[in-house]
Amino acid sequence: MPEPAEHNGIEVGLTLNGRQVSVVVGLADRLLDTLRYQLGLTGTKEGCGEGECGACTVLMDGVPVNSCLVPSYQARGCTVKTIESVDAGELGPMLESGATQCGACTPGVVLSARWLAANKDLLESHGVRELMAGNLCRCTGYDGIIDGVRAELGGDGCE
Amino acid sequence: MASRPRREGMAKLTGRELYVDDQPIEGCLWGMTARSGEPRGRIREIRFGDGVDWAEFVVVDHRDIPGPNEIRMIENDQPVLAAERVRHVHEPVVLVAHASREMCRRAIEQIEIVIEPEPAALDYRVEPKAEQIQSGDGNVFSAINITKGDVEAALGGADRVIEGVYETGAQEHVYLENQGMAAWVEDGVVVVQGSMQCPYYVVNALTHALERDASKVRVIQTPTGGGFGGKEDFPSNLALHAALLAMKARRPVKIVYDRGEDMAATTKRHPAMVRHRTGVDADGRLVAQDIEMVIDAGAYVTLSPVVLSRGIIHAGGPYSCDHVRINGRAMLTNSVPYGAFRGFGAPQSQFAVERHMDVIAAELGIDPIEVRRRNLIRDGQSTSTGQVINDGTDRVAVLDLAVDRARVTSKRATHESFNASHPYLRRGVGIASIYHGGGFTGSGEDYLKSVMHVAGRADGTVEVLSANTEIGQGTQTIFTSMAADRLGYEPEDIEVATPDTSRVPNSGPTVASRTAMVVGKLLERACDDLRRRVGLGDGDVGAVVKRAICDWHELNPGGSLIGEAKYEKPPHVSWDEKMYRGDAYGVFAWGTYAAEVEVDLRTYEVRVLAFDAVQEVGKVLNETLARGQIQGGVVQGIGWALMEDFVWERGAMKNNQLTNYIIPTSMDVPPIGVVFLENPYEHGGGGAKGIGELPMDGPGPAILNAVAAAIGVQATAIPLTPERLMEQMTHA
Repeated sequence: MPEPAEHNGIEVGLTLNGRQVSVVVGLADRLLDTLRYQLGLTGTKEGCGEGECGACTVLMDGVPVNSCLVPSYQARGCTVKTIESVDAGELGPMLESGATQCGACTPGVVLSARWLAANKDLLESHGVRELMAGNLCRCTGYDGIIDGVRAELGGDGCE
Repeated sequence: MASRPRREGMAKLTGRELYVDDQPIEGCLWGMTARSGEPRGRIREIRFGDGVDWAEFVVVDHRDIPGPNEIRMIENDQPVLAAERVRHVHEPVVLVAHASREMCRRAIEQIEIVIEPEPAALDYRVEPKAEQIQSGDGNVFSAINITKGDVEAALGGADRVIEGVYETGAQEHVYLENQGMAAWVEDGVVVVQGSMQCPYYVVNALTHALERDASKVRVIQTPTGGGFGGKEDFPSNLALHAALLAMKARRPVKIVYDRGEDMAATTKRHPAMVRHRTGVDADGRLVAQDIEMVIDAGAYVTLSPVVLSRGIIHAGGPYSCDHVRINGRAMLTNSVPYGAFRGFGAPQSQFAVERHMDVIAAELGIDPIEVRRRNLIRDGQSTSTGQVINDGTDRVAVLDLAVDRARVTSKRATHESFNASHPYLRRGVGIASIYHGGGFTGSGEDYLKSVMHVAGRADGTVEVLSANTEIGQGTQTIFTSMAADRLGYEPEDIEVATPDTSRVPNSGPTVASRTAMVVGKLLERACDDLRRRVGLGDGDVGAVVKRAICDWHELNPGGSLIGEAKYEKPPHVSWDEKMYRGDAYGVFAWGTYAAEVEVDLRTYEVRVLAFDAVQEVGKVLNETLARGQIQGGVVQGIGWALMEDFVWERGAMKNNQLTNYIIPTSMDVPPIGVVFLENPYEHGGGGAKGIGELPMDGPGPAILNAVAAAIGVQATAIPLTPERLMEQMTHA
């Protein structure tokens, strides 16, 4: 459902999930709402709206960000990847480990895990539990998530 | 059964699962709520400011309600929208709708609800003054008593009488998907779809307040991002709000709370205070238990009487005692109404009894493990309601296995030397023995009379038709497995229908750890009935069944082939509601949980280093899902025990943000070790007992018992925040 806020007419061009898109946004629009309501990418979820829970995590130039805290105009010229860019074929280990229950935190968890997989050197100085601590989950108690991330990392994820 | 992967798991992992706010609805307006702002008072006037053009808005108040201004629940005391009086700060008074959510926000700011305040009752532990009384005799919503034997005589004859008072705080569900509901009118039918646990509760609320026949109401559950009880009763309120706006607007309306509104205005776990006066002999055997449990119900009754009921039934712990008296009361206060939360009163009362068992052990100088071992209920002995336990489970073996798994003996030795040498860290282990009754209490399942359908389709596949919802716990996967195994089908040949009350029968609410156990059994019987209807017997499976279903459709083109099962009380269950005597539950699940903690004497922080959960849960239907239930419940319990603290202001949550209401992250908790012992329950689906709530019962007391072992402080209240522990240690 588009939010017909008063658009201040800022045109933002970005690379979204590998495609060039252009969207007109308001000054106060959140990237989360632009993705969900203007671009129809509802895989990104709102959990808390204040950057605490990580449910709205997207990868911006490869770095996980809380899209509820990112003004849409800041995405100009950036590469943004949402959950819609992730191939189901890569998610077998997380399905098997019980990484998802209700699913509301899951897209954010998956994107944080993709970031971790792309930055394995972080594991030299940090544990998986620490690196995944930006995503709150109220269902799993985290073991299902941590086990799934470790399986994805192929044994590199020991704490 | 093998651990089949979660049926809808890949849709969730890839973000394709469409929750209520993800589903586009043509021409939909946003709805929003203006609230009382006073904990108690009379509404004098509602002023609409000139900061917005009101002609653009749809505005609804109590006068727009076609039927009684009541949300149908146990008592119909809660108004849909306040009319003359308000009873809590976040009581809804006026609703607005507009195409722009931002415009809704501005409109809410322009509404001033002028209230003449009246004296509010804000502390459930304090007897109300005359001017604070708003219900019955002294604001008591509900009072229930259990009596077994002669408590006073037994206390008089006991070697020791040991007393304690224990308190548990409120808890916010923090399901990651906020509450949301959409409504519209279609061919004279009010359609409501949204995030919920109990579609037929919503139907009942709509038919009552909208004064409509059930055929003119349709409720559809959308994929639900967590519930934990928070979406048991509250969705009825929200559904009515969305429906009233949609009926007046003659357009679809969607209300989706943001986190702040959700945390402030929706239900939470009941705070509780439990007093124990326990007679013991010199060996630590329980001679008499005198227990009083008081819970804060908040401003309206909601589900409080049944929360209290489950609370007091579990208050004695999984122990044998011949003389028991338990008095329970649910008190009205002018707080936001409390509601269902995983465990439903039992975590509160079991925190008290399991903490008290360690206090008893300390007083008598006996190992807390040994005190439990001596008192754990044996087959042939009875609970406080006189329910004779005869299920063949060895509860002492469950305890011993937990002690073994958690390496309690060796850890105690290690801790002794660690604690003697470390300048500021102290370690300890603690245990808690717990039990949890599966399904509705007493005659509850009898009253529900749940019905389950399994449809045989023209291509031979089957569709499971049930009102029980997938809320993350695995209903779709379990129902698929059960039907497939019963009929000898492949999982792909089973479809689980969306809970849509125009299609599915009322198989009861998705609560009380009842779905796999109670409804699962109905599913198996409905599969058998389907087979009988096509002329087959229970032994026929697979291709034979498919062929017979196809043949039936060839003979009955366009016909509807439905296998049906209705709830029947297991013959061994007998309950006297009046006397509160008898079989409170068909069966209990049993467990012993062990926690290892580290207390930092500089900061008073308590950190859980290890946690082991050993339980007997009947038959485990899906190891991955079952483990996930236990681990998730334990971590909610760790949060409740140590960090989930409320800041109250006039009966409402002031810290209604995830910034300052802290729930555990992956860094705050250790891996949760899970061990299942299996003792199949013949009246449970696939032999299962209820599993969802049990893990909420153990972490609180196990962790505080571990703290007592580490530093010798008998803390009596949770959450045991650093501030609270500091206060106890510096003022003791």
